[in-house]
Amino acid sequence: MSSSDQQEPQPVRPLQVIYCQICTFPPEYCEFGSSLTRCKEWLQGANSQLFDKYYSDEALQSKIGTLSLEAQAKLEKDTAKKEAKAEAKADAALKKKMASQVSIKRIERNKRKHVTAIHGLEAFDVDLKKASKFLAQKFATGASVTKNAQGLDEIVVQGDVSGDVLELIEGGAGPLKGVPADNVVIIEEKKKKTQE
Amino acid sequence: MFKKFSPSTDIAGQTPPKSSVQRSIRAAVLQQWKIGPETLEEIWPKKETLIHVKCREHISIYTIQSVPLFFQHFDGPFYPTLRLLHQCKLISPETYSDNKPTLKQCIDADPFLLPKVGVDRGAIRFLLAGAPMMCPGLTSAGGYLPPPEEALPKGTVVAVHAEGKEHAVGVGITELGTEEMRRVNKDVAVEIVAHLGDDLWALQTL
Repeated sequence: MSSSDQQEPQPVRPLQVIYCQICTFPPEYCEFGSSLTRCKEWLQGANSQLFDKYYSDEALQSKIGTLSLEAQAKLEKDTAKKEAKAEAKADAALKKKMASQVSIKRIERNKRKHVTAIHGLEAFDVDLKKASKFLAQKFATGASVTKNAQGLDEIVVQGDVSGDVLELIEGGAGPLKGVPADNVVIIEEKKKKTQE
Repeated sequence: MFKKFSPSTDIAGQTPPKSSVQRSIRAAVLQQWKIGPETLEEIWPKKETLIHVKCREHISIYTIQSVPLFFQHFDGPFYPTLRLLHQCKLISPETYSDNKPTLKQCIDADPFLLPKVGVDRGAIRFLLAGAPMMCPGLTSAGGYLPPPEEALPKGTVVAVHAEGKEHAVGVGITELGTEEMRRVNKDVAVEIVAHLGDDLWALQTL
């Protein structure tokens, strides 16, 4: 963003466009999004000038423009419906998120050695790659993101660190922030006995 | 094109292209878009290296400082991303402080990057769902097509604007010439490549 091009009108500086913080659209398109009420609230607080421009009575009047009244009514109904739907969806997603579990599995590799597999972190918006790096550094061991037998991503840390991982999650350290400790379960997996 | 796009599965790799390739891309962009070298310099400074993000189905996205700027399908034309399109407007929104601009005014005031077409208000909803734009939406009273003397041929990359709005809602490619659209006034007129709220829009950085 330099201002070197003041004298000549031709080169145009890129504009800073205002986007809605709620639905990321330019605010004039909020009405087509699924969170109009919240978008309106945000805009009123953040930029009342724009709010007046988009949601004042005459603006609403002129917006109807070429559309017939029935079409407009239908559109409004659709928007309301969409909004309710999106809300319900967000609620359900949140519920699901809160119900999902993180499992810390201690897997026996041979008699005295273990690996720890942590599964289910991605439900809480944890960046698995970053988290694995963090754990590797913390415990000074190897840690990697691998696909397990079901084809889902999990973090595998070398060594038995299940207790420490639980502590870290409880403390909300680094990239593991935001994972509720109540949802964490520790599982132990013994190697199946081979035939003797 | 970007209706379904998730960076974890659809991106094959990120590489900076050779500087000679970058030069040819710059030349191609200058040729394809209505943009001056100085303006391009503002959005893509020479010092910044372009990163080529390869995606599935021959889509290449080009980013600068991990912000997507434009993309390309196979060897096709370069499409600017919507955010870039919004940034490169000659007249800032503040100029329209008291009266809401008509679609025509917006289009006249915004001569940059791509030729414009406009759709009426009824079509916005469908556009935001990723539907291609039909002729009647462009030819009706609320829509806008360039005048006959500036008619666009088939296969032109266009910015799709909407009635009563100052920002573009989509980037598309014309399926018919604009004169043909007026004549036929039926079926698909503009195929939408990227629109507001698609998965490319959701990605602010790559």
